[in-house]
Amino acid sequence: MKQVFHPASNSIAKSLIVIVVLGLLGLGLIVSIFVRSPFMRQIGVAPEQPAAFSHEHHVGGLGLDCRYCHLNVEESSFAGIPSTDICMGCHSKIWNDSPALAPVVASYENDEPLVWNRVNRLADYAFFNHSIHINKGIGCETCHGRVDQMPLSRKVSTLAMEWCLECHRNRADYVRPREEVFTMGWEPSEDWKAQQPLLVEQYHVDVEQFEITDCSICHR
Amino acid sequence: MDNEQLDLAAIRKRLANRQGKTYWRSLNEVANTKSFQEFLHREFPDGASEWKDGVSRRNFLRLMGASMALAGLTACSSSSLDKIVPYVEQPEEVIPGKPLFYATAFLLGGVASGVVVESHTGRPTKIEGNPDHPASLGATDAFAQASILTLYDPDRAKRLFGKGMAPPTWEQFIEDFNASQAGREQGQGLRILSETITSPTLAQQFEDLLAQYPQAKWHQYEPVGQNSARLGAELAFGEMVSTQYHLDKAKVILALDSDFLTSGPGNVRYARDFMDGRRVADPEHGGHGGAEMNRLYSVESVYTNTGVASDHRLAMKAAEVELFARALASKLGVSVGGGDARGHNKWLDAVAEDLLEHAGECVIIPGDQQSPAVHALAHAMNEALGNVGSTVVHTESIEANPVDQMASLRELVDDMAAGQVETLIILGGNPAFDAPADIPFADQLANVPFSVHLGLYWDETSQGCLWHIPETHYLEAWSDARAYDGTVTIMQPLIEPLYADAKSAHELLAGLMGEVDATSHDIVQAYWKNQDTDGDFKAFWKKSLFDGYVEGSALAAKAVSVGASALAGAAPQVGSGLEITFRPDATIWDGRFANNGWLQELPKPLTKHTWDAVAKVSPATAERLGLANGDLIDLNYDGRTMQAPVMIVPGQPLDSINVQLGYGRTQAGRVGDGAGFDAYAIRTASTPWFGSGLELSPTGEKYPVAFSQEHHLMEGRDLVRMGTLAEYEENPHFVHEGIHHEDISMYPKFVYNGNAWGMTVDLSACIGCNACVVACQSENNIPIVGKDEVLNNREMHWLRIDSYFEGDLDQPQVVNQPVMCQHCENAPCEIVCPAAATTHSREGLNEMAYNRCIGTRYCINNCPYKVRRFNFFQYVDVDSETLAMQRNPDVTVRSRGVVEKCTYCVQRINEGRIAAKKENRPVADGEILTACQAACPTNAIVFGNIQDEQSQVAKLKANPLNYVILGESGFRPRTSYLARLSNPNPKLEEA
Repeated sequence: MKQVFHPASNSIAKSLIVIVVLGLLGLGLIVSIFVRSPFMRQIGVAPEQPAAFSHEHHVGGLGLDCRYCHLNVEESSFAGIPSTDICMGCHSKIWNDSPALAPVVASYENDEPLVWNRVNRLADYAFFNHSIHINKGIGCETCHGRVDQMPLSRKVSTLAMEWCLECHRNRADYVRPREEVFTMGWEPSEDWKAQQPLLVEQYHVDVEQFEITDCSICHR
Repeated sequence: MDNEQLDLAAIRKRLANRQGKTYWRSLNEVANTKSFQEFLHREFPDGASEWKDGVSRRNFLRLMGASMALAGLTACSSSSLDKIVPYVEQPEEVIPGKPLFYATAFLLGGVASGVVVESHTGRPTKIEGNPDHPASLGATDAFAQASILTLYDPDRAKRLFGKGMAPPTWEQFIEDFNASQAGREQGQGLRILSETITSPTLAQQFEDLLAQYPQAKWHQYEPVGQNSARLGAELAFGEMVSTQYHLDKAKVILALDSDFLTSGPGNVRYARDFMDGRRVADPEHGGHGGAEMNRLYSVESVYTNTGVASDHRLAMKAAEVELFARALASKLGVSVGGGDARGHNKWLDAVAEDLLEHAGECVIIPGDQQSPAVHALAHAMNEALGNVGSTVVHTESIEANPVDQMASLRELVDDMAAGQVETLIILGGNPAFDAPADIPFADQLANVPFSVHLGLYWDETSQGCLWHIPETHYLEAWSDARAYDGTVTIMQPLIEPLYADAKSAHELLAGLMGEVDATSHDIVQAYWKNQDTDGDFKAFWKKSLFDGYVEGSALAAKAVSVGASALAGAAPQVGSGLEITFRPDATIWDGRFANNGWLQELPKPLTKHTWDAVAKVSPATAERLGLANGDLIDLNYDGRTMQAPVMIVPGQPLDSINVQLGYGRTQAGRVGDGAGFDAYAIRTASTPWFGSGLELSPTGEKYPVAFSQEHHLMEGRDLVRMGTLAEYEENPHFVHEGIHHEDISMYPKFVYNGNAWGMTVDLSACIGCNACVVACQSENNIPIVGKDEVLNNREMHWLRIDSYFEGDLDQPQVVNQPVMCQHCENAPCEIVCPAAATTHSREGLNEMAYNRCIGTRYCINNCPYKVRRFNFFQYVDVDSETLAMQRNPDVTVRSRGVVEKCTYCVQRINEGRIAAKKENRPVADGEILTACQAACPTNAIVFGNIQDEQSQVAKLKANPLNYVILGESGFRPRTSYLARLSNPNPKLEEA
């Protein structure tokens, strides 16, 4: 009887198995790299906003404190987006006829809120609290980047779970003096290495006693 | 499961042959039939994982495939839907992300209980009790908890309705009303029908209205309420006083067919006071002190929560209770004849002796579903025992205008029939549905030319009216009301009316008097401005709103005495044959909560049926008549008929059949329509609560009752423990006698450095009122699933209350056991999860990360306590906008395919911990209250840090009564139970 398979079939079959396995692994790898990519995570993307608000100008240029507008950041889970009257506190006097400000003025006059597009979106099942981070000496720029250099607000962190965990696991490395929390471009002083453990203790960032990598810290 | 005909004789024998205490949850369990065993050993009934709505499983998967593909596509677009909408002007007190709390009051039967409502940026989400309010003391009942859902019910009436009109306006209505009154300026033919009213402002408005229209008449009717109490007071004292009880001073309590612990005005406060008199456990170890334990006797015609809590319970036909009361009264020195202990002489003697021994420190409480004569007898006995002034206090009526409501309604309907009613304004209520069968309100409504109904829903009554005005919910409008002791709460709204057409009763009455634009706020404030408020009205107003009650507004005690002729009436004849008793439903009350899904699906105390009214039959009667659970029968009473499925309830009196009011609605809304059978169809004005001469005829059909009593069974292991005070005093460790298990595990022990959360549940204190179950549902965004899904064991409640029967089939004792996730230290669920979705926290919480869950349900299979629930389908209604507003923003809304369970309210733990950490201090004991704990009227549930030896929970865990369920298995659950202690009368024990 004639042979059904050519002698090379064995080699072809074996190499096909290897190729398929490698291919699947490779595909998995590509997918996992892709979902983590800045493109998928929308890093650096500045969504269009109803008014072209520039953090660069207000923070970098004028030196406004974050809390001037983000009122609740020290008290609440939500940092707070300024209500229109906060904008108008200054802008009823200055630049009030600028076309860039027209949507803000219109909002105030018509009593209709501005509808901003969210820049940093956390998944629905993850619960984040600004106030505790501020209180324990985590700087705004640690997550939000140098907003004083952003003409339009953009996302700088992936907000992926591994990104959160990196800090929660090594939280002592991210603590800074409370008075520097709102500082942009903070540089540790020369004796920071010696100071930092003291701050960690003073702020009760209890590395030993309390583990903040438990699921229910963020998921509930 | 299928309801076979049970062999009750065999069950009796089985129960008799058991040794020691044995607990059972249902008759099927004792009978241990083959189908029951099969049911038990399946986690879910046969075919539960199939979708039975005419779509095959394969079909379903194909559909799912398509939606998955679409879901994949949508995920690619950027988060375009995420908007942030800040205020234009942020109110000073509002901090987005932090809730605010406002005090107001919830009304049932017109009577207030103080609540504090949580509000997230203007959205009320959760009801809590008001710790400063005398009727609440921080706790609530199940109705108050569920009332938030009614606010957001998408089936509420939204628009003003006028029959045959294009959508009318409020002004148009007022115009039409005025036109209808033309020529009848004195108010001839004008009638107003309201429910029970305690509001001082509304009372004033009625007075003004009757002054403006002197010929008008005000009628009142409420199907379930205090009419017997009013008539009983009139009989005894010649006036309709209100009576309140001070159970904190009572050592012996006798309930005469009264469920004072979970229904009626002041029940939440009564439950607290009653239980505080029972906490005798070693004060060194978390006992609440007090050396003497009160004793509760209960004589009742339906097994109620009060009967469960009692030390001695006597099941008796409702009609016999008066005879028993007469016999008791004559023993206590009240001169009254006609007494008959109905064969319970020993019981009677023991109770009488105990009461006499504690004269001045005891109380006799008559039930709202008893006759006025029983109320008068109770008044006379309390007076004879010297209880008045100590445990019993009479005050002026808390109601604005107490009347015999049955007579009031009859007068109105007679006048309607006679054509004397030209204009009828119905303020709330649903008389077309719930009027007695022999008062044909609905039929006569057609005779009224101009009829108006103000109500939350477009219901059966609205159907017959010319006009319907949507009513504001109590969280949407200003008002005021009195609590059981007369304390006034000025009720403030939490939110603008969701529907612009909605009006409050205040606004409607003002409109009728020509003040078309008056707002509730102005009306209520104007009333209080005219009261004596110590000069500074602004301060008074602010303080009253802040506190949730008006200081010093409780009514003063009133001296009244029982008149000579009060008890002259002849003793009633107890009819032979079957008796029928009517009770308000334990969860939907008189039918007003029929469209509230939380209450519909709330398992009724003891029987645990949901979504239905049943005919409760005692085992012996069922045996005699050959009835089985689920048999659909016709109940013929007084020439009228209703249908109901049979439910055999151990402890139901012989030959007395109970049906519950409120079911069988036809215009309730999407939830309530068509659920259950209507008992109002056979209820008459002369026998509103019980009557004899009932006839049963089986229809031969079966009717499925969704009944959760047999769900989540733990196979009869040693789960509940109980003993008597005497046993405890002899050996405080009696609970642990003969039970020994070693704490061994193959897994290394967790080490807890920081907080370690734990809970204790006191089985003595649990009265089975269900407040915790609804509080949990409201706090944790738990969906309802519907009757068909409950039949499939798919109810989602994280917290269930198991009821265990013990002892004799005809006079059993019942123990309630609330069961939620036990947060095992060696949790069997954690080790089987292939996705690491359920894990152990360093604080000992058994965590659930919903987004990791892939729905294998291995954890459910492995959970020995049966506390995990699976979302077989998308139970959460994501389409109704208003329902989304109710949800707690701090808790994930779970979707299809995810397992969920009690988290110990981890969102509250996180909130408390963050607050503490911001101040660099440990979490204080009592700072974090779980939702169930906060709602509990009797403080049965205590939560806290068990590492802190000073915490209340740690002390309770050190109490000798403390035990864990399934302790021998070594799961080390964090939730433990305090064994139930009862205080039986030794003289009755010997029997």
